[in-house]
Amino acid sequence: MSILVDEKTRLLVQGITGGEGSFHTQRCIEYGTKVVAGVTPGKGGSEHLGVPVFNTVEKAVAETGANASLMFVPPAFAADGILEAIDIGIPLVVCITEGIPVLDMVKVHRYLKGKSTRVIGPNCPGVMSPGKCKAGIMVGEIHLAGNVGVISRSGTLTYDVVSQLTSLGIGQSTCVGIGGDALPGSTFVDILELFQADQNTKAVVLIGEIGGTTEQEAAEFINHKMTKPVVAFVAGSTAPPGKRMGHAGAIITGNAGKASEKIKMLSKAGATIARNPSEVGLATKKVLERL
Amino acid sequence: MKVHEYQAKVLLAQYGIPIPRGKAASTPAEVIEIAAEIGSDVVIKAQVYAGGRGKAGGIKTANGPAEAKKAANQLLGTRLVTHQTGPEGLPVSTVLVEEASNVARELYLSILIDGASRLPVMMASEAGGMEIEEVAQSAPEKIFKSYIDPAIGFQPFQGRKLAYGMNMDGGQTGEATRLMTNIYKLFMDKDCSLVEINPLVITANGKLLALDAKLNFDDNALYRHKDIQELQDKEQEEPLEIQARDWGINNYVKMDGDIGCMVNGAGLAMAVNDLIQYCGGRAANFLDIGTLNNTERVVNSFRMFTADSRIKAVLVNIFGGMARVDVIAKGIVEAYEQMDIPFPVVIRLAGTNLEEGQRILAESGVRFTQAKDFYDGAHKVVEAAKGVAK
Repeated sequence: MSILVDEKTRLLVQGITGGEGSFHTQRCIEYGTKVVAGVTPGKGGSEHLGVPVFNTVEKAVAETGANASLMFVPPAFAADGILEAIDIGIPLVVCITEGIPVLDMVKVHRYLKGKSTRVIGPNCPGVMSPGKCKAGIMVGEIHLAGNVGVISRSGTLTYDVVSQLTSLGIGQSTCVGIGGDALPGSTFVDILELFQADQNTKAVVLIGEIGGTTEQEAAEFINHKMTKPVVAFVAGSTAPPGKRMGHAGAIITGNAGKASEKIKMLSKAGATIARNPSEVGLATKKVLERL
Repeated sequence: MKVHEYQAKVLLAQYGIPIPRGKAASTPAEVIEIAAEIGSDVVIKAQVYAGGRGKAGGIKTANGPAEAKKAANQLLGTRLVTHQTGPEGLPVSTVLVEEASNVARELYLSILIDGASRLPVMMASEAGGMEIEEVAQSAPEKIFKSYIDPAIGFQPFQGRKLAYGMNMDGGQTGEATRLMTNIYKLFMDKDCSLVEINPLVITANGKLLALDAKLNFDDNALYRHKDIQELQDKEQEEPLEIQARDWGINNYVKMDGDIGCMVNGAGLAMAVNDLIQYCGGRAANFLDIGTLNNTERVVNSFRMFTADSRIKAVLVNIFGGMARVDVIAKGIVEAYEQMDIPFPVVIRLAGTNLEEGQRILAESGVRFTQAKDFYDGAHKVVEAAKGVAK
């Protein structure tokens, strides 16, 4: 098993005809993902990369039975695209787009209340269940199917960690990039819940960073609800306060959002802390050996 | 993005929020003129992108043209150091000259996005004039919050709750609610990330007045607010960070060490800086080149390093995903062709098109130290920087 995406995922790509959309859709197809539809308003009725293109998400879902959407829509229009997908009741939306205004995401979250759709991202690498489905922009080859769940706010740092795991022979059940924005669609806690319930996941690697409180909330969850071991690394110990470190959500304001605070709480909750990012693989190996 | 207090107050006034009578000035002559126009006692406030100005001597009162001139001379053309600026301070090129107010009570009011509820939250406190973080520590019961549903907007009952929370009397709550409604409107219209009025004062004759104002804006939304973009004062920002942006490197932050870093991805870039410190060195910058596949940004990153006299060694750490290693390698070779690179360079490459990238570097004859992984790269660059220091 895995979480969020698997061999039953029928992927729809919003923004399939754009540069990024085209490039990564091709990579997803090559990986074996079932890409069943694309949506680009104005290009309905055409075909792109061998995939039928529709004007609306509604039509695409009705005609192809798509059950997940991968978004490459430009930032000014992305929130509207997410709303369109939520409106149809698609179970999963994975939004890659970076640079969506915060107030647009406030609207999205408001609209999500009482709805069944789960949003991953924005500003994320996507979701990957090795050997089953790649719904994102991560490099396929570095992954290996297995029993460790990975959750991260970062892209390339996750690739580094995943390739450490793979080179040690540790496979992954699912890798989820929740994204670097201030208001992610899903939080660490949301994904930890799924991994805790997933029979195939034996341990979880969590890659956090400065800014916000999602790691602190994760610590609470790990402390009270998690029976599976968690290995954690938090990036940004050396980041100066008041500076946005690349990601919109990665900023220390006053004393809030510091890496030290997050590490302290995760450690107290029983997570194994990797003090340096190149030790995450070995730390996970040790944790698995103790199971 | 930040703006100056005087610019924030112009926006507040546009939304019907009362502010003291006053104007911005950039010369002592202008200061005297505005002070004369106002007639009474004036307050002269240094305009810098930082708080803590009062304690740092950046706010002065003056009675009459002679005192106004003296205060103007003490502030204009200097650099103001506050607890938020760092030791080098920020340049004072503009001051705000305002009518001095007769203050009866100092309150606090702000609005921002709450990460947990993902809603705008209006916060009010009767403990105005001090930093809200301090109030949250010492007297959290004095902070009142209203979470706003964007579907229906700010509601009068929320205003009353906050106004009574600030111990206003019945006559003031209506005015306070109107003011809060307008602040909410400003916040939403202009894509603010923060509107903070500290202090919001009640004057001796019972009127509400925004005595200070801090406005921050969501960088991701600036594309739809050209008027706000134009307010940016580049002089208030770190010159190296301005330079980086001009060269197309949007994710650059100056740090206080001597090791230059070029990384793809923000999380990885932060982790590289952490690892350098773990290995006993200090990074001179955070630099995420992003995922754009062109060599120019790589060349410009090296331009940044050669322009930065602090740099003793450079670490390039690339994990190719969207970014391709061969393109990065070409960029490095171009940088060596275009400029004299006086410092040792350690390179760690992994991911998409690795072999091609390694071949390009090997065949170019460029001198560099190869690192086999993340840790090895950090370790080697710290050693290299120490070697240069000796």
